Amino acid sequence: MQYHTPASFEDAAAIAAQADGVTRFLAGGTDVLVQLRADIVTPDTLIDIKGITGTRDIARNPDGSWQIGIAVSGAEMTEHPALGRDWPGVVEATDLIGSTQVQGRCTMVGNLCNGSPAADAVPAMVAAGITVTVTGPDGTRDVAVEDIPTGPGKTSLAKGELISAVHIPARGDHGGDAYLRFIPRTEMDIAVVGAAVNLRLEGDTITEARVSLGAVAPTVLLVQEAADAIIGTTLDDAALAALAQAARDACKPIDDKRGTIKFRTHVVGVLAQRAAKIAYERAQKAGK
Amino acid sequence: MALDNTKSTGFTHVGTTPDRPDGVDKVTGRARFGADITAPGMLHAAIVRSPHAHARIKRIDTSKAEALAGVKGVVTRADFATGLTGENWNILENVMAGDTALYDGHAVAAVAATSSLIARDAAKLVVVEYEPLPHVTDVDKAMAADAPVIREGAADTSVPKGLHPNVVRYHESGHGDVEAGFAEADLVVEDHFKTEATHQGYIEPHACLGTLGGDGKGELWCCTQGHWNVQKICAALLGLETANLRVTASEIGGGFGGKTAVFIEPVALALARKTNKPVKLVMPRADVFKATGPTASTSMDIKIGMKKDGTITAAQGTFRLQGGAFPGAPCEFTAMCAFAPYALKNVRQVGYDVMSNRPKQAAYRAPGSPMAAFAVESVIDELCNRLDLDPIETRLKNASKKGTKASFGPTFDRIGLVETLEAAKAHPHYCAPLKPGQGRGISCGFWFNHGGETAVSLALSEDGTAQLAVGTPDIGGSRASMALMAAEELGIPYENIRVTIADTATLGYNEVSHGSRVTYASGLATIQAARDAVKKLCGRAAAKWGIPEDAVKWENGCAVPSGPNAGDFDPLPIAEITKRMGATGGPIVGHFEATPEGAGVSFATHIVDAEVDPETGKTSVVRYTVVQDAGKAIHPTYVEGQFQGGAAQGIGWALNEEYIYGEDGRLQNALFLDYRIPVASDLPMIDTVIVEVPNPGHPYGVRGVGETSICPPLAAIANAVSAAAGVRLRQLPMSPPRILEALEQQRNG
Repeated sequence: MQYHTPASFEDAAAIAAQADGVTRFLAGGTDVLVQLRADIVTPDTLIDIKGITGTRDIARNPDGSWQIGIAVSGAEMTEHPALGRDWPGVVEATDLIGSTQVQGRCTMVGNLCNGSPAADAVPAMVAAGITVTVTGPDGTRDVAVEDIPTGPGKTSLAKGELISAVHIPARGDHGGDAYLRFIPRTEMDIAVVGAAVNLRLEGDTITEARVSLGAVAPTVLLVQEAADAIIGTTLDDAALAALAQAARDACKPIDDKRGTIKFRTHVVGVLAQRAAKIAYERAQKAGK
Repeated sequence: MALDNTKSTGFTHVGTTPDRPDGVDKVTGRARFGADITAPGMLHAAIVRSPHAHARIKRIDTSKAEALAGVKGVVTRADFATGLTGENWNILENVMAGDTALYDGHAVAAVAATSSLIARDAAKLVVVEYEPLPHVTDVDKAMAADAPVIREGAADTSVPKGLHPNVVRYHESGHGDVEAGFAEADLVVEDHFKTEATHQGYIEPHACLGTLGGDGKGELWCCTQGHWNVQKICAALLGLETANLRVTASEIGGGFGGKTAVFIEPVALALARKTNKPVKLVMPRADVFKATGPTASTSMDIKIGMKKDGTITAAQGTFRLQGGAFPGAPCEFTAMCAFAPYALKNVRQVGYDVMSNRPKQAAYRAPGSPMAAFAVESVIDELCNRLDLDPIETRLKNASKKGTKASFGPTFDRIGLVETLEAAKAHPHYCAPLKPGQGRGISCGFWFNHGGETAVSLALSEDGTAQLAVGTPDIGGSRASMALMAAEELGIPYENIRVTIADTATLGYNEVSHGSRVTYASGLATIQAARDAVKKLCGRAAAKWGIPEDAVKWENGCAVPSGPNAGDFDPLPIAEITKRMGATGGPIVGHFEATPEGAGVSFATHIVDAEVDPETGKTSVVRYTVVQDAGKAIHPTYVEGQFQGGAAQGIGWALNEEYIYGEDGRLQNALFLDYRIPVASDLPMIDTVIVEVPNPGHPYGVRGVGETSICPPLAAIANAVSAAAGVRLRQLPMSPPRILEALEQQRNG
């Protein structure tokens, strides 16, 4: 195994582009090292990118949008009060991953690139409309989060490409987001079902919404029908029922040791409703 | 050794709660656990395991592994003793497969190399050619006529003719006429229950380091609940003379019964013999799940008849236990514990020990009893609900007490079930209001407790301190309890007693730390060894004073004349006597060896409040109270720790823990990620009430407490969940999908 510590994303991309065999990028390491130890993936090339300048920074742009370094941990996001005020759902989702120890290392980008449909951070990122910068041998491009995963353990990143920055939109007025997951325990677990809702209000009426579901399909889903079910409503009972139905209709879960198709299909509706209520309440409380 | 009335009250040390002697070692990292032992030049081992649930082993080719640089030796079954019979053969067959791999994870070969990474790589180079065979992992399916036979001729003579060859042992007991009893009942409830296998879930994986020379002499360091047992089994499996293998027990990071068995130690020794080097073997977590003992899974039928006033007229249970690919599932314990809390005129219980393609089950905290309580106490709960009876009053009405002929045969001596029920009834928890969506469950539980072979030695030092050597690994704070009992007898401070878990070369045979026996049996032996030392101390004082030995007694750490007629001498402190030991007759050592048989049985009553989310099926345990008879609590906070630990493991077993097998017979959740033991935030503060009804068979009245605490939780939680959900749950674990399914079935009628 070859271990590299490049000084820039361009260098990292160049190393990856020329590497043979299995390549992995290392930031928090909470997936890579576990998979290595468990004999699941033994990389031929391991590229440690957490030493690149700026990868641990959280920055608020003048327009209110945010740029998050690729090695910022969930715990660091939680400890950033302004970020948590703008995007509580995104922060809570990222800081739900694993145990306290894992939360001190794990990153949004790692969670995204691991390609798990059950990734906790990803539905919240998708609902928030987050984009990432992808650096590759031929330069950079910006990609919506929902376009990164292509299936369990798979991403749309080409050989030599890696994510170099995370961009969270400006929160804007009267917005709120929330992520909820179902686990049989209270913590240190993997989502059986996840649901994230991000919305904006005008008065009591929802004017914009994005609904994203986790662990109910090969990739995290962005469900327009579920958003449509609540846009233009005050999240009344009829809207909530329509939301649950749209979420259930959209999901394509599997039976496995963590849950059944029937269970996941039912619970995804419940969680979408509960997440929507939290996001709605947050939007009501949010100021201009 | 009976309850000592002169010593069963007025304690100085017993009943206090000093810090455990091993506490500083454990919080500073100085304590040495199984994997902390090293030796110069040692090799690291890895085990090759079957990926098949059931397969004939056609050929094992070790040549590629042996050719890898750094590999020093490979062993297979051919490197172990031949001609074994009985349980030794079963253990060897489990430790290293013979001609058939019997479960996913069954060991088939092992490699020793200069690093653990090389050993792991080499294990992948061992080529095993398998011929897959039909498999079965479910207990009911394993008993069905068309089930594949795990091994012909495995059944013993207890099994009635006509049963499937996978049924290997049969138990039947009871008394009275159950049919007549059911006819007398106003209501009879009959139900079927299932529980899944659960693992003891100890945090420390099995680990050992072994040496074994060409002269047949060896040493072994391992994490175990009983190193004499390891010594005996390893000697048999390797064809050694027992005394030539010295075994030392490391500190132990949890056992709960699972470390009473032997899995990797003979393999490390076989590799050590082959390579002539010390060999270290540490099990990866997945191997711990796949190849060390979970408890049995069960399928049970219960029928109980009750009169309108709550009197049980008859009870009958059928208990089918799956214990993996070997005989040994504790069907007789399940059957015998099932109805033990109740004084029954008519009772009958039947147990089946059934083999399947799963790992060999191992003891898990009151083996077999928690599942029985789940089934029986669920039916009693159902009867109370339907007859509108109070669950505690109903249990009190039927409770076993002194003189009751137990459901499994003997007549109970003094027992404390009624006292636990009365204490539960009086506890504020029992009448606390419940919130909407919550339910309360009650259950009793029973465990036999055990005595067993025990040897203890207590050597006095020249400064009057004492070194107590016991042979029972400390799995629950027992060193503190031993030191308290020795301090009580010797009349010296707790801190002046150093308790060591001695190796096999130092003491006579000690049975493993199981059966909740340690505080009872090693405690009894400690008291007797201390009394033996005291007798010798008094003898030295008598000689000094020139008076007869029986004219001297021991008080507050000093020899004193036993009365005015004995003479007028100042008290002679222990340190004054031990200072001159060498010149007055030599070292003073008290010792005791026996097989105590007065372990008092123990009962508990648990109260649980659970809340069920009807939309997701998720259960939260919101309040929990354990009431249990400890006989006499030597160190009350460690007794409470045992109570809480049993409840915590019971919560996991009831709600989320289970062995999940795929259609291919392979274990799907051999990691803590998907084998869900409770995390701290899953548990409420577990309240405890220590009831003390002295055990007539121990000088201070001690009853073992480690196991009874896990007997009631499955049932108490199931009763609480059933009350909260409004539907009876009859299968464990009560995972969210199962609860939602039950709710839906009820809605659909």
